[in-house]
This record gives sequence, C-alpha cells and structure tokens, in this order.
Amino acid sequence: MFANLSQLIRYRGLIQSLVARELKARYRGSVLGFFWSFINPLLLLLIYSFVFTTVIPNRLENVQPFALFMFCGILPWTWFSSSLTEASGSLISGGNLIRKVLFPAEILPLVSVLANMVHFFLGLPILVAFLVYYKRPPDALDLVWFPVTVLVQLVFTAGLALILSALAVHFRDIRDLLANVLTFWFFATPIIYPWSQPEVLRFKLLFDLNPFTHLAVSYQEVLFFSGPFGHLKWLLALGVASAGLFAGAYWLFDRLRDSFADAV
Amino acid sequence: MTPAIELANVSKIYRRYGGRQFATLKSALLQRSVLRGLQPSETFPALKDVSFSVPKGSTYGVIGRNGSGKSTALKLVAGITKPTSGTVLVDGRISALIELGAGFHPEISGGENVFINGVMLGLTKREIEQRFDAIVDFAELKEFIDAPVKTYSSGMYMRLGFAVAIHVDPDVLLVDEVLAVGDAGFTHKCLDKFAEFRRRGKTILLVTHSLNLVERFCDEALWLDGGHASAHGDPRRVVDAYLTKVEEGEEVLLATTTARAVEIARPRAAAGTTIPLDPSANMLQATEGRSSTSSEGPKRASDMFGAIEGRWGSREVEITDVVLLGRDGEPSFVFHSGDAMSVRLKVRANPPTDDFVFGIGLFNADGVCCYGTNTYLEEMNPDRLAGEAEATFAIHSLDLVEGTYKLDVAVHKRDGYPYDYHRLLYTFRVKSRLHDVGIYRPSHHWTFSPNVRFKPEEA
Repeated sequence: MFANLSQLIRYRGLIQSLVARELKARYRGSVLGFFWSFINPLLLLLIYSFVFTTVIPNRLENVQPFALFMFCGILPWTWFSSSLTEASGSLISGGNLIRKVLFPAEILPLVSVLANMVHFFLGLPILVAFLVYYKRPPDALDLVWFPVTVLVQLVFTAGLALILSALAVHFRDIRDLLANVLTFWFFATPIIYPWSQPEVLRFKLLFDLNPFTHLAVSYQEVLFFSGPFGHLKWLLALGVASAGLFAGAYWLFDRLRDSFADAV
Repeated sequence: MTPAIELANVSKIYRRYGGRQFATLKSALLQRSVLRGLQPSETFPALKDVSFSVPKGSTYGVIGRNGSGKSTALKLVAGITKPTSGTVLVDGRISALIELGAGFHPEISGGENVFINGVMLGLTKREIEQRFDAIVDFAELKEFIDAPVKTYSSGMYMRLGFAVAIHVDPDVLLVDEVLAVGDAGFTHKCLDKFAEFRRRGKTILLVTHSLNLVERFCDEALWLDGGHASAHGDPRRVVDAYLTKVEEGEEVLLATTTARAVEIARPRAAAGTTIPLDPSANMLQATEGRSSTSSEGPKRASDMFGAIEGRWGSREVEITDVVLLGRDGEPSFVFHSGDAMSVRLKVRANPPTDDFVFGIGLFNADGVCCYGTNTYLEEMNPDRLAGEAEATFAIHSLDLVEGTYKLDVAVHKRDGYPYDYHRLLYTFRVKSRLHDVGIYRPSHHWTFSPNVRFKPEEA
C-alpha cells in the first residue's frame, strides 16, 4: 500500500494535468468560461438568501446576516457533494483509460475531488467580497485554521471518494443511492440553520456523529463568528479519523483494483 | 538471453453474461469473486494455459482468428488486466499501442492532449516538451495541433495517438492491430519506426491479422486458437499452420453452403415442371457457340448470374452427386491456384438415352463466366448412356486468381432440352499467395535482360 502511495506522488504530474484538463474542458466553448466558477455559487447564494431571509426568515440574532452565514457552509458542501457525485462515476466514465492504458486508477476519483476543490477556491473571492460588503472581517488568528479545515475536508472527501468509486464499479446502484444520501446529509448538517439553535442542540449526539457537522461548524467559526475557535478539538479529531478513513479506503481500493479493468 | 516477456501457464476466465463480479458488498470486501462458484458453462475462458516467452530485442507476432484471445494476451502483458491463474513477467518499460488516443479529451486541443496522454504513458513533462515537435511532425498535424481533438477526423485522432505512444520510447512495445491507421504513407512510416525500434534492440509484441507482416517482420510467432497456444516458433511455419486451419474452416463453411444450396434446390426439381421457358436462361445453350458472338457473350454471362441458383430439368438423366476433388483425389472445397482440380458427376439415366451432353461452367463472385464448355462443343458424339454413370471433368492446373467461385453442372440434350441443370449450386474457393487480379491466370513467366535486377527473395 505504501508503495502505491509513493506511486501516487510519482504521478502528481499526471494528477495536475488531469485536474487542469478537467477545468479547461468544463468551460470550453461556453461564453462566460471560468466566470461560471464564480457565478454558480453566487446564484446559489441568491436563491438561499431569498428563501431564508424572505420566505422563511431565520431571525436568530447571532447569525445575521443570514445569507453570509449560510454561504460559509454551502461553499464547502458544494465541493464535498459534487466531488463525491463525480468521483463515484469516475472509474466508470474513465473506463476507456482503465481498460486500455496501464494507469493507476485511483487518480480518477482523486482528480474529481481536486478539480472540485479548485472550484471551491474560485468561489472564495465571492465569499471574501461578501465579508467585506457586510463589514465582517474574520479574526486573523482564526484564519490560520482555515487551511487546516480545508485539508481535513480534502482527506475526508478523498477517502470517501476512493471507496465510492471502487464500489460503484461493481455496484452501480451506489450512484443513485448517493444522490439521495447527499440530499439527506445536506439537511442533516447545520448549514442552513445554525448549530447553536436550541432545537438542534436537542439532537446534539446525532449531530456530533455527522462528520460534516464539524467541518461546517469549523468553517462558520473561522469565517463568520468572531471569538475563539471553539470547535478546534473536534476538527483535529475529525482530521485524525479522516486520515484513518483514507488509509482504509486506499486499502480497499487496492484490493479491488485488479477487478476494475474487467468490470467497467 | 533473459526474456523481455514471459507468460507461464496463463489462463484468463471471464464471466459469460457480463454480470457483476461480486455478488454482494461483503463478497467484494472479502474479494470472494463469484467466478469461483460458477459452472464452466457460465464462464468464458479467453486464454487457457498459455505459455510463451519473448526474448529481449526480438519481434514476436501473435496471430489467430477473432476472439482467439490475442488482445486478452496483450492486455495481460500490458498489466491492464490480471490473469486468473499463471504468471506474467515483463522486464522494462512498456508502451501499449492498444487503443490509440484512449485518454484524449475531445474538448481540449491536440497539443494539450499530447501532454496529458504522454504523462499517462509515463513520460515527464520535460520529456514531452523535448519530443513535442517530433510527435506533431510524425502525426502530420502541424496546422491542427491547436484545434480541439473533437474536430479531428478519426484518422487524425489515431495518428496523434500513435505518434504519442511511439515516442514514449519503451523497452517493450505492444502493438494491437494499429497499423490500419491512416493511409499507405503513414503505415509505411509506422513500419519504418518499428524497424528502427528493432535496430535499437527493443522488444516488440505484435498482434495482427496481417500474416504478411508477421512473416516479414517477426522473429517468432504464436498462433492462438480458441485461447490455446496452437503453435509457436518460426513465423513461416506458424503462419502456414494457421492458414491450413483457416482453410479447414473454410472447407466446412463451403461444404455447408453447398449442401444447403443443393438441399433447397431439390424440391423444386422434384416437381419436375420448372423447365425455363426462356431458352436463353440456359447457360450451356448460350455457350454452345454457334449463335453466341463475342460481343453478347459476357452480357449473357452476367445476365446468367442474375438468375438465382437453382435446379431444373426433366430428370430423365439425373445428376445424383457432384464432388470437387483436389490434387490428392480427396473431396475438397478449397484449392490453390495452379493445383489440379476435378469435378466428378454421378448420374443416373432412366430410361437409357442416346442424346446427352455433359456441361460445366465456372463463375467468379462478380458473376462473370470464367469458363464454360460441354461435350457437344468439344465435338464428342453421344452414343449411349444407361443406368448409373460417372463423368469427371479434370482441370490439370486451376489457373484462377484468388476468390470464391461457383459452379454450374448440367446434362441436357443436344438441342438444349435440360435433363438436370444445377445452377450455381456448388461453391469453392481458390487461394493464392499472390494477389494478382483478373479472371484467370495464364501460365506465365518473366524474363529480363541482365541489366534488370531484383533482390533475392527474403528468407
């Protein structure tokens, strides 16, 4: 397994090229091109702000402006969910490569995760613009933890992506199942409602068990809430767990690797 | 010399109905493949216990019919798929020309795809930069290299794929029937490139249907037949063995075709009333010479072919059996150009008759009558034919070019009244190592003045 991991590093050039290709190809031929990476989250934000400030407004004092609060969670969630959706189909749609070219297959789901991470980064300027607009500069000290949060999410997402992509080759149901699970997961995570809401705290244990709770809350604390980063312990614990998940996922992927060429 | 590629007792079994490889999530995690629990009827062995080794620096050809396991063998060598049992060892960097341009993304430019494809095949960015111009030149795509690959023609696409793969500079090159890429000029360039590889002591494993190529190029060859290694060794010997087998297969096919045609024709004849009203539909009458001029001859012949295969006649003299015999006197359906061939007719005359003509006609696949004759044209005067009899038409040297031919046989009266007419019921094939063209091959040879010289034939 470690040999394979080092091989992954050897192939970083390929991963880079594929991520670049993914990004280039996605908007090739569209009029706005890369601007879609900004416009997509912006439009999403507009929809959610309309719904949650006008239609069913959330008036909790500490989460105003609410649109900004939601955006801190929605942006990483979009990265997470589209990564998994794309990764789960990546081996199947990349079947040509797996069948015809000697090629470390794990690159494909990882490229899905990384390409979506780039989209996430491209969405950040929008977030910054809103932070400036609402005059809510985050604490400089907290901001140190932003890259850590991103890293934890990356490892966590990559682990899940490996598992899902490998199993989806043999069990195509996973892709359909995943779409539904992600919808449920989104609403089960404190993204469009604050973690501190009393109704939420009633189910604290359940929320604690949801890994994305800790990511979402971390982003919110780092970017939105002032004051100390109270969720740090949870984040670090999730980081350790994610590293374990990734190792396990890689092991599983490795075990199933030889079956891909025949099954896709 | 240490082998560059070595396969030892390799088998590869696929599941026949393309179902899932694992029945449940648990079995997948435990890697309990369903293959194990399957009956032999539910699996498909693509390769069965195949062993061969390719010495370093040699060119090795793999031949065989479609579905004989050639590509599976190549994929195993490439490491793309794993053997069900046995071991595959490869020494050195591999480049597989299996699916050209497999990793190309249609939306981005040819140049960008060269980079990504190159990295996929194991080159570093710098190596690709160094080779980029050579790749583009080789692919002959200089002016299109900035256009998205989706705008390429399939030939351009394949050429670019080929150019990248060949510039990976592997120790072991795997080639799967990719020389059909591009036009004759490009094919030539590819062959030159292979020759250069050989000179530099690289190993080439070539899967192809071009037997010619195997004979010219390969140091050794392997013939796969239904997943078994049927023969390996000297390319000429292997190719000959393969061709013999192919002929056997053709024999069976032609025998079935003929048997079916005869079978279908029979009941119509049994009715006994299908004597054609138009006498010109009777080929042998047409070739009876006196009335047919050279200008209308060929036209009639093609008209003839418009007439479908069939059988008619009064059956007063019945052709009961028609056999084509080869050089050795054995029944056959495949002949080599220049071989002897005989057509043996068995007939039954009931009642006896003193008016009969035996006729024969050879047609090629285009419906052109290559030759037609009968005993009347050859001025044989019928005297008596009674009971069971045999007539053999012997061709000393079958000087026809390669192709599929059909045969007419007939017995009729001198005035054309048909006793039993078998139209195009019998099919046979003529094989030839040469690819000369035309309707027939006159026995010939060339002579030259001493200042015209040819290279001696390659050994």
